Amino acid sequence: MPTNDSKSPRDFIAGHIVDMPRSGIRDFFDIVSTMKDIISLGIGEPDFDTPWHVREYTVFALERGATHYTSNMGLLELRRAISKYVEKAFRASYKPETEILITVGVSEALDLALRATLNPGDEVLYHEPCYVSYRSDVILAHGTPVTVETKRDNQFRLTRAMLEAKATPRTKVLLLNFPNNPTGAILRKEDLVEIAAFARERNLLVITDEIYAELTYDGEHTSIASLPGMKERTIFLHGFSKAWAMTGFRLGYACAPPELTEAMMKVHQYTMLCAPTMSQKAAIEALTKPQTAVVEMTAEYRRRRNYLVKSFEEMGLPCTTPAGAFYAFPYIGHLGIASKDFALKFLDREKVAVVPGTAFGACGEGFVRCAYATSMENIQEAMRRMARFVQSLKKG
Amino acid sequence: MDELLTILKNNALEKPETIARMLNLSVDAVKARIADYEKQGIIRGYQAILNVDQLDISHVTAVIEVKVTPEREGGFDRIASRISRYPEVQSLYLMSGAYDLLLFVAGKDLKEVAFFVSEKLATLDGVVSTATHFMLKTYKHHGVLMETQDADERLQVSP
Ligand SMILES: Cc1ncc(COP(=O)(O)O)c(C=O)c1O
Repeated sequence: MPTNDSKSPRDFIAGHIVDMPRSGIRDFFDIVSTMKDIISLGIGEPDFDTPWHVREYTVFALERGATHYTSNMGLLELRRAISKYVEKAFRASYKPETEILITVGVSEALDLALRATLNPGDEVLYHEPCYVSYRSDVILAHGTPVTVETKRDNQFRLTRAMLEAKATPRTKVLLLNFPNNPTGAILRKEDLVEIAAFARERNLLVITDEIYAELTYDGEHTSIASLPGMKERTIFLHGFSKAWAMTGFRLGYACAPPELTEAMMKVHQYTMLCAPTMSQKAAIEALTKPQTAVVEMTAEYRRRRNYLVKSFEEMGLPCTTPAGAFYAFPYIGHLGIASKDFALKFLDREKVAVVPGTAFGACGEGFVRCAYATSMENIQEAMRRMARFVQSLKKG
Repeated sequence: MDELLTILKNNALEKPETIARMLNLSVDAVKARIADYEKQGIIRGYQAILNVDQLDISHVTAVIEVKVTPEREGGFDRIASRISRYPEVQSLYLMSGAYDLLLFVAGKDLKEVAFFVSEKLATLDGVVSTATHFMLKTYKHHGVLMETQDADERLQVSP
């Protein structure tokens, strides 16, 4: 009989998971959650409650028996509503029957898109600072993440030249997120056109996470999926978490040509079966009724953004005006303190939580993320304390 | 509606300095616009929204439906204007439907309101009939819930 050398539970863990770092957000969360009475600018979800008509309709749907599985693709009525909405808001047309897949948040949709398309070693170009999951999601799908760093000195723009510099013959996917978490940057029209041309010329698949599209403050959002020749090489991801304040419903969707949708559907059907039925019902209500709440929330976010940007300016913290999402990403590097130390000290001294920029990639060093998904009162108090804190750092 | 008014409707105490930052305007511009709205009579006043039920005082509010005979030339305006002058009358609206005027009348107790209705309101020339309903409890007033909401239950930090 083979001897049972005492094996550590750790030995069972897959190699690519052992090596995967914990999200920087989680480290910071563990510290913050031990503290009481803090003001948090660290929350990446709306402070608004889900619009009441959506909540009320969800209860009604539950009473009516929306408690069973739906088809793998999701309720056809919801896919029809999404098709109409995406056509109108993004000028991209997708057939409800074959080109729209309902998922458990954009989180699942992104995972499906990567798993359905990557062969081991395929390279994925993505830009940092970015949402904490991207890099790890690519690794989970056995792809190779390739980082393109965006910079404050040109408003965190992503340009064709930056992508060219990192592309190789193994590059297969370009992963985009605009409006961006954590910088609030959007893509300029001229960059968008060039990036699309780059993807076409290199025969790349574009996965575009446009979850913050409605929260665009100074102009109209343009989706890369709407540009000529792009639909056939694009997986468009969207969901209800942000603009409709429905994070806990866990609902999103992927739109793509039939072949790609079918490929994602395979992974989805074997791993998830379907998205929660009551959430799908809620999403129908959210999309098909007047968008008053979305408009009002967006207006309020814009006012808060303006307030923050002005406050940073007065504190002497350079901050690119975020054109979308609900995050500001001020620069603190000139204060002679690392992002993480800034966040820890600020929390300790002033009881305000901001997220170190490094949680969003190495090039986030020198920045902190301040989410303005919190009340004006909290924002005002947090800015008073931040001004005091920055002043104390300047004095050394 | 002007965004400035939206902000003040939500919170009349919002300082011009704060509003200026939110709207990307100068403080002076905000002050001037508020002054202008006040002068035009678009902003009519600033009040606190109270949950009177929480105060240890005796009070009642009645909602009164009133049918009136409109006057030649004056229509409903003249009688409405007369009724609105009584300090007991908190709000007054001209309505479509089964009655003409809707009044919100406040008083110390039932007797005080009853006295107002029978002695003042019902005896006015042109008032044909009244129907009085007393309010029992306030759940929401001027768009504000009277029930204290749960504290923010979101995770303190999230991606
Ligand atoms: C850029 C980005 N994509 C996706 C998500 C996750 O969205 P969902 O709740 O739809 O899974 C977030 C949430 O913070 C995000 O910021």
